[in-house]
Amino acid sequence: MTFSVTDIGAVLPEILIAVYACAILLIEPFLPKDRREILAYFGLAALGLAFIATWQLLWADLTVLNGMFVLDPFGNFFKLLLYVAAIMTILLSMGYLRRERIDLGEYYAFILLAICGMMIMVSGSDLVTVFLGLELMSITFYILVGFKRFEEKSLEASAKYFILGSFSSGILLFGISLLYGLSGTTNLEAVALHLRGADPGNPAWVLAVILLVAGFGFKIAAVPFHMWAPDVYEGAPTPVTAFLSVGSKAASFAVFLRVFMEALGGIHADWRFLLILLSVITIVMGSVVALVQTNIKRMLAYSGIAHSGYALIGLLVGDRLGIFSLMLYMPIYAVMTLGAFGVVTLLRRGGVEGDAIDDFAGLAKKNRLAALAMLIFMFSLAGIPPTAGFIAKFYIFMAAVNVHLTWLAVLGVIFTAVSAYFYLKVVMVMYMKEPDEEVHLAAPPAVVMVLAVAAVAVLLLGIYPGPFLDYAQNAALKIR
Amino acid sequence: MVPLSYYVILSAIVFFIGVIGVLIRRNIIILLLSIELMLNAANINFVAFSHYLKTITGQVFVFFVLTVAAAEVVIGLAILIALYRGKATVNVEEVNLMKW
Repeated sequence: MTFSVTDIGAVLPEILIAVYACAILLIEPFLPKDRREILAYFGLAALGLAFIATWQLLWADLTVLNGMFVLDPFGNFFKLLLYVAAIMTILLSMGYLRRERIDLGEYYAFILLAICGMMIMVSGSDLVTVFLGLELMSITFYILVGFKRFEEKSLEASAKYFILGSFSSGILLFGISLLYGLSGTTNLEAVALHLRGADPGNPAWVLAVILLVAGFGFKIAAVPFHMWAPDVYEGAPTPVTAFLSVGSKAASFAVFLRVFMEALGGIHADWRFLLILLSVITIVMGSVVALVQTNIKRMLAYSGIAHSGYALIGLLVGDRLGIFSLMLYMPIYAVMTLGAFGVVTLLRRGGVEGDAIDDFAGLAKKNRLAALAMLIFMFSLAGIPPTAGFIAKFYIFMAAVNVHLTWLAVLGVIFTAVSAYFYLKVVMVMYMKEPDEEVHLAAPPAVVMVLAVAAVAVLLLGIYPGPFLDYAQNAALKIR
Repeated sequence: MVPLSYYVILSAIVFFIGVIGVLIRRNIIILLLSIELMLNAANINFVAFSHYLKTITGQVFVFFVLTVAAAEVVIGLAILIALYRGKATVNVEEVNLMKW
């Protein structure tokens, strides 16, 4: 057991976020009710500082705290993505919370705690830290989903997410316990070392892998573990939905990748088939069920499920290109989904919930720029060039073809075409239907900023992805 | 000395009782109890393996799991109370504003 001061430096971003979260909880009772917005800026400051701290450590590569925590470019790549997602979420939340009369200070503390959990997840190099990070994230999300506590839908979503989420945690934990019994350690690298000498034919290994896949599959909403996603997305406050669909998915994919490549990379051939199966049914189910949705949040939930299926291809390929393509997919998925949910928050006003696809009728006349931004996000989600969504799908399919899984790439392309129907339907409703009433929909400056940044990022990554590709390539997880 | 396999079989039985409980019972409090069973099945595994493998990691893990389970139950009961205020029921079949 050793402990040194330099270890503190490596976990500084996490410490910063956790301290700020506690500070927000402490300050909140002393603030007058109408000044709670200060706490949002407080949260933004925490994320900004953590961003700078991570930026300073960007290319560091060290394992600290007795092998529990690893600081590497791969983890930092995902942390930067999470900071951006959290900053955008807070900006979207400020106006939304006031309109919903749930502008409580705890909200921002929970956002920070959730991101703290995600950061521990992506940096965990031991199953203990992975599990604790995952639980910190999940428990805070159970609360955030039910934050509209006077609205039955929100509470129902929270209850469903809680039951299915802790059910999946139990499954994951049982898988971890079997893995510990088989290898005698919970450290990812030590598990990998043990696997080299072990007999992977032992059925207990298969059971452990299946349980781990089920546990992580719940978190990334892969079919058949996706039942919670549509209900939770629909019931949760829209900014929380955005953060849930982006942050928790990105962090879960990062930890999925780390555990399966770093610890279980030795038996890649054994779990690959399982993931191919999962990926195929996820893509098919997600795309087909999204066709019949009339609620935009449910539609985006199924779209998110389908995108998980595509991203799984990167994971199951599991070579350098596969990992790289998955790392590319997550930030691109993040900006376009956050942007789309940002537009949904705009439609919430007065007595109109604004989450039915019909509520988008004539948006082009009500707010030209919001409609244009939504058009860009929908094109990108459908994977149409020159948007970022095309680049993301291109590399995923290239990774699949590269390992002779051409049929999987072909299937992916077919269902991308299917998914274009429900994305473009939103565009059609916005531009070709007359609005039911002639009003101009005003957008708060914070939301405008988020939409503008997301739209520009989507176009920029689509037209000139070079520097970003280089960064992702250099940060990709090293395969041992 | 009790062989390791006894513990593993016990934990597997407890785990499956938990899983089946979550899948077929309809009262949310029973669901919470079943989830606790699943977590504790993993704890039995951890302690048994820790003893037979002569490594301490498993027992340390159990402490973390106990803490997490306690936190989870607190949140779960809080959600349940908020839900009960609105609906006056703890039956999952009556919690159905949105289709599964």
